[in-house]
Amino acid sequence: MKMIEDIPPKARSPFSEAFEMFRRNHAAVIGLVILLSIIAIAVIGPMVYPGDPFDMVWIPFTPPGEQGYLMGTDYLGRDLLSLLIHGAKVSLTIGISAAVVTVTIGITVGALAGFYRGWVEEVLMRLTEFFQVLPTLLFSMVIVSLFGASLMMITLAIGLVSWPAVARITRAEFMRIRELEYVTAARAGGVKNGRLIFSVILPNALPPIIVQAALMVGSAILFEAGLSFLGLTDPNVASWGQIIGSNREYILDASYTVTVPGVAIFITVLAISLVGDGLNDALNPKLRQR
Amino acid sequence: MTEPLLKIENLRIELALRSGQAPVIDDLSLELRPGETLSFVGESGCGKSMTALAIMGLLPEKVGSIAGGRILFDGRDMAQMNDAQLRSIRGNEISMIFQEPMTSLNPVYTVGEQIAEVLRRHKGMSKQAAWARAIELLDAVRIPNAKSRVSDYPHQMSGGQRQRVMIAIALACAPKILIADEPTTALDVTVQAQIFDLLRDLGRETGTAIILITHDMGAVSEMADRMVVMYAGRKAEDGPVAPVISHPRHPYTKGLISCVPHLLAKLTEQRPDLTEVPGIVPALASFGADACLFASRCDMADDKCRSSRPPEVAFGEQHSACWKADQL
Repeated sequence: MKMIEDIPPKARSPFSEAFEMFRRNHAAVIGLVILLSIIAIAVIGPMVYPGDPFDMVWIPFTPPGEQGYLMGTDYLGRDLLSLLIHGAKVSLTIGISAAVVTVTIGITVGALAGFYRGWVEEVLMRLTEFFQVLPTLLFSMVIVSLFGASLMMITLAIGLVSWPAVARITRAEFMRIRELEYVTAARAGGVKNGRLIFSVILPNALPPIIVQAALMVGSAILFEAGLSFLGLTDPNVASWGQIIGSNREYILDASYTVTVPGVAIFITVLAISLVGDGLNDALNPKLRQR
Repeated sequence: MTEPLLKIENLRIELALRSGQAPVIDDLSLELRPGETLSFVGESGCGKSMTALAIMGLLPEKVGSIAGGRILFDGRDMAQMNDAQLRSIRGNEISMIFQEPMTSLNPVYTVGEQIAEVLRRHKGMSKQAAWARAIELLDAVRIPNAKSRVSDYPHQMSGGQRQRVMIAIALACAPKILIADEPTTALDVTVQAQIFDLLRDLGRETGTAIILITHDMGAVSEMADRMVVMYAGRKAEDGPVAPVISHPRHPYTKGLISCVPHLLAKLTEQRPDLTEVPGIVPALASFGADACLFASRCDMADDKCRSSRPPEVAFGEQHSACWKADQL
């Protein structure tokens, strides 16, 4: 006998369901397309448009479009388009790796605090608050000027000032989830604490953390631009912020030299925010309507 | 008589309250023999679930603690075990199913993964072997089309099906004891009967002893061999199901039994009022008092009941903690 129960509903994982929700948010899809194009430019751009971006190629301050230089040249006569393409890779790398650092520290601290509670939580949360009340720009400037303005130091500095937000979100999620019945059921099944944290609770705590991490990429790019503008950057690497920083004195005479990389930053961060917003819709169960 | 599988001796569990320590389980002793079904009944807040959690070593941290007594499983005292020893027993030799099938399964893993995980953890099975066994287990708990349902996520299943999956997980390692904490409270009546049938059949097949925590006196009379009636953290009465139900020796048991409504043959007749046990369970703070805690709700109570705790009196295999047990 064929029962209704025998007909299996189409098997869909929570992730394919989230993707479905994401697709319905048009702004997020546009953001994703823009972001993917920027990533594509960063990856294949240097191959399609070869040449060292630091080479002087033409007379300084050639306006965009003249002499075949689509974006013009900067104060040293460097091709702005080439700088922009190479800068995309640098800025995105900084954004993504700073987000990875942030999320790694944040999840570790938040998970331990939310899971173990008691004195572990006290110590870790006081530490989090300590980092939270530090003036972020000042603190990262101190780190970069003390340890040198290499890309790795800048990334670490950004990660180090940004993790408290992730730690707080993770802790809150852990505190909520650890009381749920399936965690008790897992305990009753003899699951070790380590597995309980990483295999049972963490996957369920991830959605808001993913959203936060996506937004982190955008704010890390902005943060790096800010540091570069103040001159705290690796002068041998062309990030977007570095282009703005090095041209800032000519902002009145040749405004395009700062506008062009500025717009690039603006578009990228906007795209990331749209994607983050879409992820929020897709992953937040409260907003998910069936 | 066979050796008991689980023996609880004078167990006392205390909860830390703002006003001090209160015993939620007070001097509880009981035995569970291999393969038998023992039922805990009583109102909410009587300590049934606490006893179950204590056996699993899962009392809420920093709030509940075992203040005295022993929980002997196969001759070893579980109250003295360390975490690693407890973990090798949990889910393997003693497992538990919970009240809320809707929330007891992890939403991010397929049901197959969740069953296979237990087998790999406790039995060291390979991925493929555990997966194949997971399908067999789903089939055993009567989930149709087990082969395709095994890769379903919990939200794709109904409450009854999820509780079946929970049972499959609990029975995966062929435990000696299965604790079922109100396994059907959240389910439809028709599904309740199916789950009870399933538990009874699987218990018989595997020889697993079952501790069934429930409000449902009907289920008790159908499923259990013996029953323990709990009231306010103390054992009010225990014994084999048939004599306890036909001749309760404690007014609380009597009240619980008379609360079960009977279906009437003719609905046009004047319907009798539903019987209830008047009053409520006393506050946690008064649990330790040297008195019969049921006295405030009992129409037979006198000064003796209110001033000293009744000892346990035996009537064959039946025990009752009531001063007036012989008058009932």
